[in-house]
Amino acid sequence: MKQVPWVTRVRRGLTALLFAVVAITLWTPSDSRAEYGDIVINNYADAAGMRPAIFPHWFHRIRFRCKVCHADLGFQFKAGGNEITMLKIIDGQFCGACHNGEIAWSVENCDLCHSGKPNTPTQVHESTIQKLAVPVGQGGSKK
Amino acid sequence: MTRRISTLFLTVFATGLLGSAAAIAQDAKGKPAAAAAPAAAPAAAAPATAPATDVNRFNRLLKPANQRNLPPTQDGIHDPASEGTTALMPPLSAFETLPRSNAGNRVNWVKALEDRAINPRWDRLDPNAVPVVMDLNIVREVKGSMPDVVYPHKQHTEWLDCSNCHPAIFIPQKGANQISMAAILLGQKCGVCHGKVAFPVSECRLCHSKKKDGPIARTGQ
Repeated sequence: MKQVPWVTRVRRGLTALLFAVVAITLWTPSDSRAEYGDIVINNYADAAGMRPAIFPHWFHRIRFRCKVCHADLGFQFKAGGNEITMLKIIDGQFCGACHNGEIAWSVENCDLCHSGKPNTPTQVHESTIQKLAVPVGQGGSKK
Repeated sequence: MTRRISTLFLTVFATGLLGSAAAIAQDAKGKPAAAAAPAAAPAAAAPATAPATDVNRFNRLLKPANQRNLPPTQDGIHDPASEGTTALMPPLSAFETLPRSNAGNRVNWVKALEDRAINPRWDRLDPNAVPVVMDLNIVREVKGSMPDVVYPHKQHTEWLDCSNCHPAIFIPQKGANQISMAAILLGQKCGVCHGKVAFPVSECRLCHSKKKDGPIARTGQ
């Protein structure tokens, strides 16, 4: 019974160490691991001193079918191909058709869209062409 | 005092043990033993150096399971320094209740819609608007041994309007469209969506689904 305090102390130490080791092993600095179909739009953002905008397809397709944006709102099937500007958005075009404070949160929440790492190029994240053209691992060669 | 010293000894011993435990854990994750073993002696260095020296790991081009569907703060394209990033929804919390698949977002979106696990709007404003679904399968006979392609209008018109594909991407006329896997890989034809937002081209059998009958089928086996 006497030994109980130091046993618990050791046990506590062990648990803490185990947590630290597991945390470090699981955390590996890596390339982008964002969602399939995340669109980075950096037509004008970097030049204007803003973070690039990121559009998550997965989030929006749970709420709307493709047709709503790509037929009704006129979004072309091309990342960066729509020449979206903040003026168009506040006039109710493109993102502004919903992000107006009625259907979805409005434009003053700059950071929610403009949340990309600075200098991230316009892209469809994880697209086939991105995988074919860009080496995947750091410093790794193509295939 | 003696207790303190023994605790210290035990902790040091445990650290050593854990170092090798970490190495074993890395082996189990499919990383090479050679990279982990020498690092096991300096226990603290083992986990820190492993990722950088891991060039010869098994299937190095595949995304490890623990790096799928990461929250925005860790996904590599969102800026963790931005306040907005922390406010965004982590994908996994949305995907929990949805049917899974083996590629893309690892969600079977078509099944999710069929099962009513999601109910995305067909109209921006009207939550009750319903799509005009067209049930027509187009069979495309393909060269070589691959099964023929069955294109179902039904699943596509659940999501899309006719004008999304016709006539800009596909001319609505039999035999008028040249489609090749090369074009699809480059993001044309089916590749406008498949390989970007719809299931990727790795899922061959989802399109190439009709078994050939005739001589090609026999030579192709």
